[in-house]
Amino acid sequence: MTILDPTLNQPPHGWRKVLHVNWALVLLITAVASFGFLMLYSVAGGSYDPWASKQMERFAAGMVIMFVVGFTPIGFWKAVTPLVYLGGLALLVGVYLFGHTGMGAQRWINLGFIMLQPSEVMKIAVVMVLAQYYDWLDPAKVSRPLWVFVPLMLMAVPFALVIIQPDLGTSLLILLSGAVVMFLAGVSLWYFGAALFSGVALVTAVFLSRGTSWQLIKDYQFRRIDTFLNPELDPLGAGYHIMQSKIALGSGGVSGRGFMQGTQSRLNFLPEKQTDFIFTTLAEEFGYVGSTILLVLYALIIIFCIASILKNRDRYGALLTGGIAATFFFFFAVNMAMVMGLAPVVGVPLPLVSYGGSAMLVLLGAFGLIQSAHIHRPRGIVN
Amino acid sequence: MKLPSKTNREKQRRITRRALMLGGVQMAFIGVLSWRMRQLQVKQSSQYRLLAEENRINIRLIPPERGLIFDRGGVALAANQPNYRVVIVREQAGDPARVLADLARLIDLPEETRQDILDTMERHSAFVSVPVAEHLDWQDFARISANAPALPGINTEVGLDRIYPQAEAYSHIVGYVGPVSDTDLARYENPDPVLKIPDFRVGKTGIERKLEDLLRGSAGTSRIEVNSAGRVMRELGRSEGRNGADLQLTVGDDLQKYAQYRLQGESAAAVVMDVQSGDLHAMASTPGFDPNLFIYGISSKDWNALRDNPYRPLADKTISGVYPPGSTFKMVVALTALEEGVIEPDEFINCPGYYDLGNRRFHCWRRGGHGRVDLSNSLKQSCDVYYYEISQRVGIEKIATMARRLGLGEVPSLPLPAMAAGLVPTKQYKQDKFQQPWFIGDTLNSAIGQGFVLASPLQLAVLSARIASGRMVEPRLIRRVNGVPQPLERPPRIGLSDTQLDHVRFGMFRVGNERRGTAYASRIAEESMRMAGKTGTSQVRQITAAERAAGVTKNEDLPWERRDHALFVGFAPYDNPIFSISVVVEHGGSGSHTAAPIARDIMLRALYGTQPPLSAYPAEIRSKMRLQQEQEPAPAPITPTPVEDRA
Repeated sequence: MTILDPTLNQPPHGWRKVLHVNWALVLLITAVASFGFLMLYSVAGGSYDPWASKQMERFAAGMVIMFVVGFTPIGFWKAVTPLVYLGGLALLVGVYLFGHTGMGAQRWINLGFIMLQPSEVMKIAVVMVLAQYYDWLDPAKVSRPLWVFVPLMLMAVPFALVIIQPDLGTSLLILLSGAVVMFLAGVSLWYFGAALFSGVALVTAVFLSRGTSWQLIKDYQFRRIDTFLNPELDPLGAGYHIMQSKIALGSGGVSGRGFMQGTQSRLNFLPEKQTDFIFTTLAEEFGYVGSTILLVLYALIIIFCIASILKNRDRYGALLTGGIAATFFFFFAVNMAMVMGLAPVVGVPLPLVSYGGSAMLVLLGAFGLIQSAHIHRPRGIVN
Repeated sequence: MKLPSKTNREKQRRITRRALMLGGVQMAFIGVLSWRMRQLQVKQSSQYRLLAEENRINIRLIPPERGLIFDRGGVALAANQPNYRVVIVREQAGDPARVLADLARLIDLPEETRQDILDTMERHSAFVSVPVAEHLDWQDFARISANAPALPGINTEVGLDRIYPQAEAYSHIVGYVGPVSDTDLARYENPDPVLKIPDFRVGKTGIERKLEDLLRGSAGTSRIEVNSAGRVMRELGRSEGRNGADLQLTVGDDLQKYAQYRLQGESAAAVVMDVQSGDLHAMASTPGFDPNLFIYGISSKDWNALRDNPYRPLADKTISGVYPPGSTFKMVVALTALEEGVIEPDEFINCPGYYDLGNRRFHCWRRGGHGRVDLSNSLKQSCDVYYYEISQRVGIEKIATMARRLGLGEVPSLPLPAMAAGLVPTKQYKQDKFQQPWFIGDTLNSAIGQGFVLASPLQLAVLSARIASGRMVEPRLIRRVNGVPQPLERPPRIGLSDTQLDHVRFGMFRVGNERRGTAYASRIAEESMRMAGKTGTSQVRQITAAERAAGVTKNEDLPWERRDHALFVGFAPYDNPIFSISVVVEHGGSGSHTAAPIARDIMLRALYGTQPPLSAYPAEIRSKMRLQQEQEPAPAPITPTPVEDRA
């Protein structure tokens, strides 16, 4: 039901679908991406090259993908879910066998026209397959150990394939996104409590083991944790990024230094200024006001997705929307927490803003799935 | 909508509640982010703005001074010499191209070099110093310093360069340093930031590489405040680094240089070792090379010459060259047989010149045979048949165990890269490697140090040191670190009785001091310094039956790479051993003709500490030795630097 076409009481057909697109979401996504264009233009020193113009082209291509995916009935996507999942696994194996190594990890596969990162696709595929699983499963059974075990296995296989690349960040995101779908599907909270408890216990054990004979992780890993907790310890090594990023954020102040006036990014103090650390440029140049606006836009995207779930009585569509929205949430939350010094430096881009083609296309394709679930949701009065 | 609506509503209810819970958690986290953003950008903003704008703080690395390397007598083998140079910092230069053009009017700086410097600057962060010119003479350096105000971003520095004053003589042991490569960086989990300074040098081979962390030390940092024009206002703080540790080696006292000189012209190696402490007094490997060539990157002409030389100058043959030990392995077999009690020292075995095993005939090196030989005589004359017989009695496994006890077949513990383990074959080894069972013929071949057996010259020196001292001596190369003597422990006994060892030592004595001994011609005449030893001649080719029938081709008539290796191992003085020695001359012909005289000369030099008097040589060769000594180049005057603690 939409104000554009309030009379409908069954899923729309043909051109009428256009009226039922979640236009608010489209506007929010465009707004966030525009922030990205602006920042990429700025970090390139006031030039569309090399980043902003390419990013716009990819965004346009991604929007086309989003609408094509969105206008395709959700039933179709439900039907092809197993293929997407198995295809994703095959690509991961392909990466393992023939992949390109970049930055010390094997993550990319060359499809001829694009360098694809199959772990990106896999994040969405895991959400899809779990949504389909819980759609199929009788809700009364979701908390039985055997039926909890099955989705854990569905997550474990891609998790293992991604972690050997090695890419700890993405593999943890796969687990977290899967966990969100299980949570939404109504798996007993006791399971989550137990997982949380054992996680905390493990971390405690790791810290207690330091310097003892049964030390659980390597010394250099401890040093990375130290650096994260106290970046001033190592201002030239790993702590450098966190320090410089905090200086950029802090020096932005309330109103920022003005568009294209940020000294930190301009003087190359900031690493990866066009990808993982792009938020620092935004915060420096537009200040507290600008960064709050971006955060509110992200929050609105999540709120609109949750609203879409509440309206959707199709279990598959609702779970899919929730899972994808959570993946999106993890992206920006982890990235922002990292540049603000709340989380260790991990290579997670700021979604829709950071420069990068593969991630943008996959993300917009995933939003297409949310649109499809929204457009084709069951309507009419039940019972 | 295939399910009845009641169940459907039940499902619907639960996902609604969970979705709201999830949304709540997500919003709470966004709240935390927002709180953090407020804290950084509103509450602490002025503090960070100060950091970013008014006082831009630069952190400069103060590279540590690399540790020096001295020889046993305190002569510098690796030193640092001042290097007057200028560097440029991009963020201070404003327009680097213009600054460089100005600089070119003061010193010689061609257009292409300037372009290279600009490119290098692009690749590094703005605050990194990039070298512009090195090794300036004092005049140029002073001129630039005087004009510094007109050259923003240009800084004058006095750096330190590595030099190797002894050039070739220690090239393999000390090694050399070179520019940091990606492979070097990849070796470290968490590379020291100092490695990323352009033109920093790290050890590439030898001790320089293996003890890199010790020699490098750690960098200090200096936090300096600069104003917006890039001028240094003041130093805010400084954390001192730690200079690299100075090392004193056990080699030296001129012996190393003499050994290197004595092996000149051959592809050869010699090791001299203290039989009690294991101190290595010489580790010579020829040909050597000049390590100074590598410091700034070697020219491709020099590199190709080193790489294509069939004598392999870059390899340290004392540790990475492995050779069939030939007859020098016979002591191992003799000791095994004595320990196992399969032979009495005075038991005679008849040598008719060959040994028949089934339908295969194994030859003694002496076609006519040695007649009846006992243990010490078998060593003296190097009778092969004797060892064919006793090796059969005792078996390969026992021999292999003894070989390992004497230091063969495993990597020695020295701080040097690329050390070879050699090879001590066992039945299991052959099965694993060739999927073939062990034949008795293999035992016979091994007994005379042929077949699968391989050993490095260092291992052979350890072998003879262990026989001489009866203790598990380990080789040692580092004498002091930062002036602190490295601890020495008396090694445990090898587990053989002195009586058993004495039989073998006596055999080795007869080799060099009795007529018909294989090294009699190379004996030491001085009573108190007589040398015990064993020659070895190891084949690198198979001698066919047809060739044997027609008469074995003489070494001199063969191309160099098919000639036999010449070996000698020994210790001296016989009555009170001080040094053990091993000499391997690749394709040198025979042990007694080629290796033994070299070993005698080096051993005499080690024992006397200087050129030995002619009376140390037997009377009949004194005139020849006088000539040899006169041709020797006079040692360059060197002033030993006292090794004190610099740290």
